[in-house]
Amino acid sequence: MSSPPISPSQQSLSLQNNFTCVSAVYKPAHENKEEQVPAAVLEHLERLALVDFRDAEGVQRLREAVRFAERLHEVDTEGVEPMDSVLEDRCLYLREDDVTEGNCTKELLKNAREKIEEYFVAPPGNIPLPKLEERETFEQQS
Amino acid sequence: WLPVVGLEIHAQISSNSKLFSGSQVQFAAPPNSLVSFFDASLPGTLPVLNRRCVEAAVMTGLALNCSINKKSLFDRKHYFYADLPAGYQITQKRVPIAVNGSLSYSLCIDNKMSRMVTKTVRIKQIQLEQDSGKSLHDDTRSQTLVDLNRAGVGLMEVVMEPDMCCGEEAAAAVRELQLILQTLGSSKAIMAEGQLRVDANVSVHHPGEPYGVRTEVKNINSVRFLAKAIDYEIQRQIEELENGGTILNETRAFDSKLGCTISMRDKEGKQDYRFMPEPNLPPLILYDAKSLPANRNHQQVVNIDWIRERLPDLPSVKRAKLVELYGILPEHSFTLLNEDGLAEYFENVIKHTQMKPKKVIGWVLKELLSYLKEHALAVKDSPVSSFLLADLLNLLERKEISSSAAKQVFEELWKGEGKTPLEIVKEKHLELLRDQEELEQICQAVIDRQEDEVMAIKAGNQKVLNKLIGLVQRATRGRSNPVLVKQILEKKL
Repeated sequence: MSSPPISPSQQSLSLQNNFTCVSAVYKPAHENKEEQVPAAVLEHLERLALVDFRDAEGVQRLREAVRFAERLHEVDTEGVEPMDSVLEDRCLYLREDDVTEGNCTKELLKNAREKIEEYFVAPPGNIPLPKLEERETFEQQS
Repeated sequence: WLPVVGLEIHAQISSNSKLFSGSQVQFAAPPNSLVSFFDASLPGTLPVLNRRCVEAAVMTGLALNCSINKKSLFDRKHYFYADLPAGYQITQKRVPIAVNGSLSYSLCIDNKMSRMVTKTVRIKQIQLEQDSGKSLHDDTRSQTLVDLNRAGVGLMEVVMEPDMCCGEEAAAAVRELQLILQTLGSSKAIMAEGQLRVDANVSVHHPGEPYGVRTEVKNINSVRFLAKAIDYEIQRQIEELENGGTILNETRAFDSKLGCTISMRDKEGKQDYRFMPEPNLPPLILYDAKSLPANRNHQQVVNIDWIRERLPDLPSVKRAKLVELYGILPEHSFTLLNEDGLAEYFENVIKHTQMKPKKVIGWVLKELLSYLKEHALAVKDSPVSSFLLADLLNLLERKEISSSAAKQVFEELWKGEGKTPLEIVKEKHLELLRDQEELEQICQAVIDRQEDEVMAIKAGNQKVLNKLIGLVQRATRGRSNPVLVKQILEKKL
C-alpha cells in the first residue's frame, strides 16, 4: 500500500539496515598536503550556496570534507546502476486534486521581519556578493 | 542569413490545487492567502504530488505525439531569488515525463488566408515543475514585495527544438499549442493571465556555417508581441554582425512600448544551478493497459492508455471534420476554431436553417464576426443568437427578402431589442416585392431616366446593366430580387 513520504530521519535508519557500516573513525587513505582549494573555487562556492567559510578552520573543514567524499571513488561501480535515494523502490504517493491548505496569511507573515499590506518585503533583486578582494577573508587572515 | 528560433513555453496547469501542496490555484486573490507551509518553504514540510497535474502532463504529451516516460524523475534546480523561498525549484531535468513529440501548425503564405502551408516543430520534452511566487518591484523605495500565491503552482514546460525561422512561425506554433491546451483542458493558456509564458531563443547564421550565438528573449505578453520580439531580435543580430560586432550569449527583455529587446545582463555571470535529484520524491511510475498492477488502489495509478482513449478531438481533427462535414474551405475552419465558441455557433445555425453551410459560413464569418470584432465582443456575448441568425437566413433562403434587406435586418437584430427577424421585416417593409407589374413599372422608370446607360448597353456594354440593377434596388429600398430585376431589364432592352 502507498504511504505518505517518509522523513529524513527514517531514511538514515534504513541506510543502516541495508548496508555494512563503514568504520566510525575516518583515517585518510593518503595524506596530500598539495590539496589546496583554489580561491576562485572558494569564492564560487560561497556565492552558489551562500555559505561563509570565514576563517582558516572553515576552509580546513571543507578540505577534509572533500577528501572524505573522494573515498567514494575507491568503490568499483562498474556495471552498477546509480542510485538516487533509498526511496527509489517506494511508491510515489499521488494526492487528489482538492484544496486542503492555505488561508493562513497571518501565521505566515509572523515570520517576516518586514511586511507591507500582507506582502513579504525583500531587497530589490539579488544583491551581488562583494568580490573576494573587497572582503576581510580567511586568506588574508591566515 | 538564416535565423533560428527555438521556444521554451511554460503552461500553468489547470488544477484546483498546486503541484506539491493542497493550497488553491487562483489568479487574483489577496496576497499570500493561497500559500501553505510547504509553499512558504517552512522547515518540516514535504512535497506530495498532485495526481491531476500528472494526468494533465500525460494528456499534453499524448496530444503532442510524445513518448511518455513510464518512469520519470524529479530534480532540484538551485538559485537564489526572493520569490523562490526554498532556494530551489523542483523540476524534471534528467528524465522528464514526456519526450520527442511534434506540433503541426499552419501558416498563411503572403498574408493571404487562401494559401495555407502546414509546418511542424519538434518537441524536445515536456516536464513538470513548480512555478515561483510573484515579485513586485518598488524601485522608489528600493525594495521588492513578494506574493507567494503563485509559488508551487504546477507548470508544464514544453521545450521546442529550434525548427522555426521567424516570428510568424513562432506565433502560429504558439497559437496552435494554446488551442490544443485549451481543448484538452490541461491549461487555460491565457497569456494575459500568465498561464502561458513564452521565452524565445534566437540566433542567426549563414547557410552552411555552424549556428550562431543565441540570445534568450523574455517578457513577452502576447502572441502578437512574440512575433514582434523575435523579428526585432533577428534584425538586431543581423545588423550587429554585419557591422562587425559579436552577439553575446545573454538574456534580453522585450519592451513592448519601444518594440525592442534590452539586455538584462546578469552581473553574477553564468548561473550554476547545481542540479541534484529530489531526495523526497521517488520516481514517478506510469502504467498502461499491459503493465497495470493487479492489486493497487486505482486512485494511485495513472494509466496512459486510459487517458489516451479519453482525449478529445484536437483542433486539427476538428477542423478536418468541419471541412468534410460542411464543405467549407480549410481557412474557414481555422477562423471558426480561432474564436472561442464560433464553431459551435456555426453548427447550431446549420442545424436550424435550410440554407446550405457554404452560404451560412459567409454570414457567420463576414457579418457576425465583423460586428463582434467592431464591438469587441466574444461569441457568447453576441446580441444575435445562433437561433435568430438561423431564422433570418431562413427568410432569405425562402426568398422572402433580398440579401441586402437581410443585412439591414441583421443590423437591427444587433441592437438586441428582442424582436424577431420576421417582426423587423414587417416593421420596415423589407419584404421582396411580389408584384411583377410594380417591379416592371420601376424598371421602366429607371430605363427611361438613364438614357446614357441604356445606350451603352445597347451598344454592347453589358456591365452597365449592373448599375441599372443597383438603381432599381435603390428605388425599391432593397426589396427587389436582383435576379428577377436583371431578367426584366434584359427583356426590356
